[in-house]
Amino acid sequence: MLGNLIGVLFDGIAYGSLLFVISIGLSVTMGLMNFVNLAHGAFAMLGGYACVMAMTRLGVPFLASLPIAFVVSAVAGSVLEGTLYRRLYKATHLDQVLFSIGLVFMSIAAATYFFGPQQQPVKLPSLLRGQVHLLGLDFGAYRLFLIGVVVAVTLALTWLIERTRFGAEIRASVDNQQASAGLGINVDRVFSLTFALGSGLAGLGGGLGIDVLGLDPTFPLKFMVYFLLVVAVGGAGTIKGPLFAAVILGVFDVAGKYYAPQVGSFIIYVVMVVMLLLFPNGLAGRRA
Amino acid sequence: MSVALRTIGLSKSFGAFRANADVSLSFAAGARHALIGPNGAGKTTFINLLTGVLPASSGEVYLGDEKVSTLPQHARVKLGMTRTFQINTLFPGLTALESVVLACCERSGRGGVWWRPALAERAAIDEAGEILSRLKLDRDAHTVTRELPYGKQRLLEIALALATRPKVLLLDEPAAGIPSAESAELFAVIAGLPRQVTIVFIEHDMDIVFRFAERITVMVGGTVLVEGTPDEIARDRRVREVYLGEAAHG
Amino acid sequence: MSPLATWKFSRLEIAFWLLPIAAFFLFPKYLTLGSQILITALFALSLDLILGYARIISLGHAAFFGLGAYTAGLLAKYGWGEPLSGLLLATAVATLAGLLTSFLVVRGQDLARLMVTLGIGLMLYETANQASSITGGVDGLSGVEMGKLFGVFSFGLDGRTAYVYCLVVLFVVFLFARTLVRSPFGLSLRGIREGEKRMPAIGASVSRKLVAVYTVGAGIAGIAGALLAQTTQFVGIDSFAFHRSADLMIMLVLGGTGYLYGGLIGTAVFMLLQSYLSSLNPVYWQFWLGLLLVVIVLFARGGILGALAALRARIKRGRR
Repeated sequence: MLGNLIGVLFDGIAYGSLLFVISIGLSVTMGLMNFVNLAHGAFAMLGGYACVMAMTRLGVPFLASLPIAFVVSAVAGSVLEGTLYRRLYKATHLDQVLFSIGLVFMSIAAATYFFGPQQQPVKLPSLLRGQVHLLGLDFGAYRLFLIGVVVAVTLALTWLIERTRFGAEIRASVDNQQASAGLGINVDRVFSLTFALGSGLAGLGGGLGIDVLGLDPTFPLKFMVYFLLVVAVGGAGTIKGPLFAAVILGVFDVAGKYYAPQVGSFIIYVVMVVMLLLFPNGLAGRRA
Repeated sequence: MSVALRTIGLSKSFGAFRANADVSLSFAAGARHALIGPNGAGKTTFINLLTGVLPASSGEVYLGDEKVSTLPQHARVKLGMTRTFQINTLFPGLTALESVVLACCERSGRGGVWWRPALAERAAIDEAGEILSRLKLDRDAHTVTRELPYGKQRLLEIALALATRPKVLLLDEPAAGIPSAESAELFAVIAGLPRQVTIVFIEHDMDIVFRFAERITVMVGGTVLVEGTPDEIARDRRVREVYLGEAAHG
Repeated sequence: MSPLATWKFSRLEIAFWLLPIAAFFLFPKYLTLGSQILITALFALSLDLILGYARIISLGHAAFFGLGAYTAGLLAKYGWGEPLSGLLLATAVATLAGLLTSFLVVRGQDLARLMVTLGIGLMLYETANQASSITGGVDGLSGVEMGKLFGVFSFGLDGRTAYVYCLVVLFVVFLFARTLVRSPFGLSLRGIREGEKRMPAIGASVSRKLVAVYTVGAGIAGIAGALLAQTTQFVGIDSFAFHRSADLMIMLVLGGTGYLYGGLIGTAVFMLLQSYLSSLNPVYWQFWLGLLLVVIVLFARGGILGALAALRARIKRGRR
C-alpha cells in the first residue's frame, strides 16, 4: 500500500517535473510581457518532432537530440517573437488569445501534414529503460532521469535569474518595464532572449516528454490546459510558484487516475478551480 | 456643526513602506477643505482609502454616523461619498452626454433596467443635460470623450462626480495639467456647488488653495503635519520648512 | 459608436432579416444546413454578449450549449417530446449553470477567467464522457423523439419546420438582446467596457452586472444547444468540445464583436465556407482557419463589421 503510494507520488513528481520544464517558459513570458500565449505547447511539440527527426533522419541518439530540440524551438521562438508576437504586446488579452489559438491551429495542421496524425514512437537509450533499485523500492529509470533533468534546469534557471546580470534585467523588466527601460535596459532584447529561452525549454520538455506524454499533432491542444494551469495557479513571472503548482498538479493527476480512474481528469479541474478561488493571483501571489 | 466625514487611525502599508500612518481627520459638513503637501505625502492614498479603492491596513472611516470601512467603493458612492481622479478616468468611447446619463441612471437605481431603451430615460437625460450646462459642456454633449480637449475632459471628470449627487465630494487635483487661467474657472464652478456639500480637495497651486479653502490640512510622509485656517497655515513655520526645504533641494 | 440608439429597425437591418426568409424559399434543399447556421448564429450571439459587450474571455462557452442540448435531448428521449416546454426547461438549466459559475468568472484577472471557463468546459466534457449510461458517452445521445410543434407541425426530414422554428427563436432572442443592449443596462455594459475603473466610482457594481450578462449569455447558449438537439434529434459529445468554443470565437471575431450582428454574419460566412472547403481537406481547412485568425488579429481586428464601419468613417471624413 505504502509502496503504491510512494510509486504514485514518484510518478506524479516526475510528471509534474516535465510539465514544469515545458511551462516555465510560459510563466516567465507571461510575467514579463503580460502575453497570454496559448500556443506555448506548439513549441514543445516542435521540440518533440525535432527530436524524432534527429533520431530517425540523422541517426542521432536520444540524449544528443535533446539539445537539438532546445535549439530548434529556441530559434523558432526567437523568429516568431520578433516578427509576430512583438506586435501584440500592447494588444488586449482577447487578441492575444485569438492570435495564439490561430498559431495552434496552424501548427497542428502543419504537424499533421508533415508527420501524419499518429503517435510518434521514441527509442530510449538502454541506460534509461527499466528500473532502478533504491531504498528497497523500484523506481522507473526514465522518470528518475526526468526529475534529475528538472532539478538541473531549475538550478540553472535560478542561477541565471539570481546571479547573472541578464537575470537581473529580467527581474527588473518583470517588475516594472518602464522604469527598466529608463535605466537603460534594452527591454526588447530581454523579451526576445527570454522568449527564445522559454520556447527552447518547452522544446526540451517536448522531447523529454515523448515517452511520458506522447507526441502527436494534437499535443498543443491536449496539454494546453495543463501548461496554463501551472502558470495560473503557480503565478506568472516566478520560478518557484509554477514548480510547486506543476508538482501538485502532476501528483494529483497521477493519483487521481490511479485511485479513482472514473473521475481522474475531473479532479484536476476541481483542484484548479479551488486553487484559483483561494489564490486568484497564483501561489506566488504575483499579478498575472 | 456636524461631521460629514471622519477617519480614525487610518493606515496603509505596502510591505515596509507606510504610505499613510495613523491618519485621524475629520471634515465638517459643508467644509471647503484643502489637503496639501509635497509629492509622495500620501494624499492620493488617503483618498483611495477613504473611497475604498484601496483596503486599509488598519483604521476606520466614518461617513456621517455610518462606518464604511469595510464597504466596497460603489457602496460608499451610494451613501454619498464620491471622488474624482487625478488622472482622467473617463469612458473614452462614450460621448459626454452618454457618460453623464450613465452616471445619473446608476444613481437613480435605473442602471439595471434592460427592457426600455436608454433614450427613454428622460429624467436621467434631462438631469445629465443640466449638469453638462452647469459645467459649460453642453455644446460638447455629443462629442466622444476621447475627442474632447484635455480641459473639457477635466470638467467631465467633475460632471460624472456631480451626477452621483454626493454629500461628500473628494477632488484629487481637479485642475491637474490645466493652465492657471482656466483652472480659476474650474474652481469657480466648484465654489458654486451647494453649500451643504462637503468638499475636500487636493491641490498644489497655493493661489487656488488660499482662495477657495476655508480649512487646510498639511500631510507629509504619510502623516498629518498640521491643520488649521489658511492664515494659521500660512504663518506656520513647519509648513514653510516643508515647502522651502523642498525648494532648497529641488 | 452612434449616440443613444432608438427602437426602430434600420433599413439595413430589415434587409438583413429578409435574407433568411428568402433563403427558405430559394434553397429548399439546404434547409438543414440553414438550420445549423441559424442555431450557431444564436450561439454566437450569446458569446457576443459575454465577449463583445462584457469583455469576458471565455474558452468554455460550449459548456452551456451542451447543457442545453443534453437537457432537451434527455427530456425528449425519456418521454417529454413537446418542443417549446423542452426548450424552456433547457434554457433554465443552462441559465442556472451560468449563474452558479458566474461567481467564479467575475473574480480574478483575464488568465484566471480563461482557466476557469476552460476548466468548466472540460469538466462537463469529461462528465458527459463518463456518464455514458445517461449521455451515450462518445457515441452521443440518440433516440431523441420530438413531438409536434404546437401539436401541428412535425419535424420532418425536409427540415422545413426545423428551419422556421430556429429562425423564429433566433429572431425573438435577438430582439431581446437588442433591447438589452440599448437599455440603461446595456449602456452600463459599455461603461464597463470603456472605463471599468470609473464604474464603481459612479456607484455601479461591476461584478453584479458581469454576473447578469454572463448568466444571460449562458442561457441563450443553452437555447441554441436545445434547438440543435430538437432539430437534429441527436446530441453529440462534441457539444461540449473545446473546438466548439474555439470555432465560435473565430466566427464572432470574423464578423466583429460588439455589434450583435457580427456573430450572425460571421457565423454565416464561416459555416458556408466551411461546408465548401473542409470537405476537400480538413487539414488544409484547419491551417487556413488558423491563418485567418492570425491575420484578423493583426490586420482586421474589428472583423467584417469593423472593417465596414472603418470604411464608412473614412468615406464620411473624405466627404467633409
